[in-house]
Amino acid sequence: MKVLVPVKRVIDYNIKPRVKADGTGVETAGVKMSMNPFDEIAVEEAVRLKEKGVVTEIVAISIGEPKAQDTLRTAMAMGADRSILVETDAVTEPLAVAKVLKALVEKEKPDLVILGKQAIDDDMNATGQMLAGLLGWPQGTFASKVEITDGKAMVTREIDGGLQTVALTLPAIVTADLRLNEPRYASLPNIMKARKKPMEKITPAEVDVDMTPRLSIVSVAEPAGRKAGIKVDSAAELVAKLRNEAKVI
Amino acid sequence: MSENPREIMEFDVVIIGGGPSGLATAIRLRQLAPDTSVCLIEKGSEIGAHILSGAVIEPRALDELLPHWRDSGAPLNTPVSEEHMLYLTQTRGYRVPMLDRVMPHMRNHGNYIASLGEVCRWLATQAEAMGVEIYPGFAGAEVLTENGRVVGVATGDMGIGRDGKPGDNYAPGMELRAKYTIFAEGCRGSLTKQVMQMYNLRKGVDPQTYGLGIKELWEIPAELHRPGLVQHSFGWPLDDRTYGGAWMYHFGENLVSYGFVVGLDYPNTWLSPFDEMQRVKLHPSFRPYFEGGRRLSYGGRALSEGGLQSIPRLTFPGGMLVGDTAGFLNVPKIKGTHTAMKSGMLAAEAVAEAFLTNRVEPGSYTRRIRESWLWDELRGVRNIRPAFARFGMKGGALYSGIDAMLLRGRAPWTLHTRHADNETLEPASISPKIDYPQPDGKVTFDKLSSVFLSNTNHEEDQPVHLKVRSMSMWKTVNWDVFRSPESRYCPAAVYEVVDEETNPTLQINAQNCVHCKTCDIKDPTQNIDWVTPEGSGGPNYPGGM
Repeated sequence: MKVLVPVKRVIDYNIKPRVKADGTGVETAGVKMSMNPFDEIAVEEAVRLKEKGVVTEIVAISIGEPKAQDTLRTAMAMGADRSILVETDAVTEPLAVAKVLKALVEKEKPDLVILGKQAIDDDMNATGQMLAGLLGWPQGTFASKVEITDGKAMVTREIDGGLQTVALTLPAIVTADLRLNEPRYASLPNIMKARKKPMEKITPAEVDVDMTPRLSIVSVAEPAGRKAGIKVDSAAELVAKLRNEAKVI
Repeated sequence: MSENPREIMEFDVVIIGGGPSGLATAIRLRQLAPDTSVCLIEKGSEIGAHILSGAVIEPRALDELLPHWRDSGAPLNTPVSEEHMLYLTQTRGYRVPMLDRVMPHMRNHGNYIASLGEVCRWLATQAEAMGVEIYPGFAGAEVLTENGRVVGVATGDMGIGRDGKPGDNYAPGMELRAKYTIFAEGCRGSLTKQVMQMYNLRKGVDPQTYGLGIKELWEIPAELHRPGLVQHSFGWPLDDRTYGGAWMYHFGENLVSYGFVVGLDYPNTWLSPFDEMQRVKLHPSFRPYFEGGRRLSYGGRALSEGGLQSIPRLTFPGGMLVGDTAGFLNVPKIKGTHTAMKSGMLAAEAVAEAFLTNRVEPGSYTRRIRESWLWDELRGVRNIRPAFARFGMKGGALYSGIDAMLLRGRAPWTLHTRHADNETLEPASISPKIDYPQPDGKVTFDKLSSVFLSNTNHEEDQPVHLKVRSMSMWKTVNWDVFRSPESRYCPAAVYEVVDEETNPTLQINAQNCVHCKTCDIKDPTQNIDWVTPEGSGGPNYPGGM
């Protein structure tokens, strides 16, 4: 069984993002980029399924600038067998990404696509769902457990107030939540070996997808700084301030 | 620790450290011997992540290494256009006249203001295009030796818990073996420290002395930005026995590199380099530039100040030292990038020759260094920094002027460094306390909000990488005599004293560490060992730093 795992290159989660001086977006020049953490979880899940003997081949896909090949190399160092880089300078919006993935699904014919539930840069949480819609496939989103048996994927989902288990008939879409697993390190020997794994490069035009953005960004601003706190002398003063100034009681 | 055997990979050359010296070594090697397999590891999460420098860069070495750098996108875009050296009193700044003649080393025409991190990222792409294998995110943790010869290094294990035991995602380190191993770790390299002991490389040379540089990157309003401006200062707020001063460089898109260097031979245990750096920004010669600006990043790094007299033996069986881990910084020039690169290039030439003759020790490196402009340059300025240590700031400045104008660097004597930096602190009881102003949150800041801007991160569940050999020694010396100097000199708030009144105890916030190495240098009894944490830990300095 074959699995596709799309991975996105985003600003590293350790970095404090900085809004560009002209307010048009977030500064990415010279900023450390890494694989979206939820996508790491998706890769890890695919690799664990392979180690269990359920999956035979893992194909990692990334859509973005040429540097996204670093992200694919990381995926291959973690255990993906090969990768496809869809090169574009365009802003990657979920719908266009889902369309590219649909085309690659039709070409690669996988039984399962595992994605991160969302990317930490735009927090859209949409690509997996859109891909399922475009393909007409069942979807198990926010997965915290995945089991494959008899042509079905049993997916435990993290929902408000508890866990929900859905049975999906394969082929299917799964999006990974935080508790699905803890990703492994890409070890140095595996990074070295990943350099020799195949990476195919295509463009969105080759799969007939128009990447022109459909969303326009009006402005980007940093959250307002937190105001300094004050010390009150008594409970009565606190109550008075909460009532008259903060107006919360 | 690792019971399952580590994987082994063989290379012709392994380089530890992805700064200017390591990258220049790699590039030169592939130029001279294109078939040489070269592996370079870097403990930062990416190349440039741990690089911190002013930086005004003299392109001399780069011209020799990659003559076409101007056409291949090297990020050296702001030529120095204006330069001042200020002597500060508390309220005024006086320009040193005839700077060109009094301090000829400070002549910066033809030099560029740049982000050294960006330069390293660019050098790395050049090196990779030439076939160098670069692996960031892996720290050299252990020197491998066989029959008295260094045969490579091992990277650190990943996924070791705080208790020292392997966790669920444990991944053992890897042995990178090589015919020649080149240590390019930057100032006070942790493996270099081991190699120096193993081969007694410091025998017969002066102790190395150091400075600590603390830097901020600012974006300021366009109307205040003067691209190409270089401003240095000395004098206030340091006393005459403390070497140091501030820098401010305007470059790029409204960017300002600001920082402060303090010689780590300072005597006053109450001195806080971080707070000195903060308060200089309030001086009228600096403050106007920062009002209305915003601070983008922050970091700190030690640098070598010993100069020629402190350079150790450079080679040993199976390897050599390049760049600032050997101590090639030119102190009066306040520049080490060009010398670091030059030393790397000469090392590469020596290695290429050693391959042909199959030598165990690439000994021609030392001769090549001595015959190069690098040696002449360091020789010419060898007495200046030691003069400041001996005669104080005013006397040192006078000596430096005489040396430059009358002796022209050719004095028949050599001044020596008498004390290592860990020996110079005076007890808290006789040191004058220093009253630092509270941060205003606009121009000046506290330490923790600063460290936040260095994007520093360490995997939390790992052994503390700052090894205190003896806590009772800390109590009787660091606390009882010096009142915890580490809690002041550390620019990242790693060291903190808790229960000060009842039972003073040292708390180590290792996850804050920006890898500056000052504690390894300045601790009075050398009781603190800085060892590499899990790879990719530490600061993540952004472009511009």
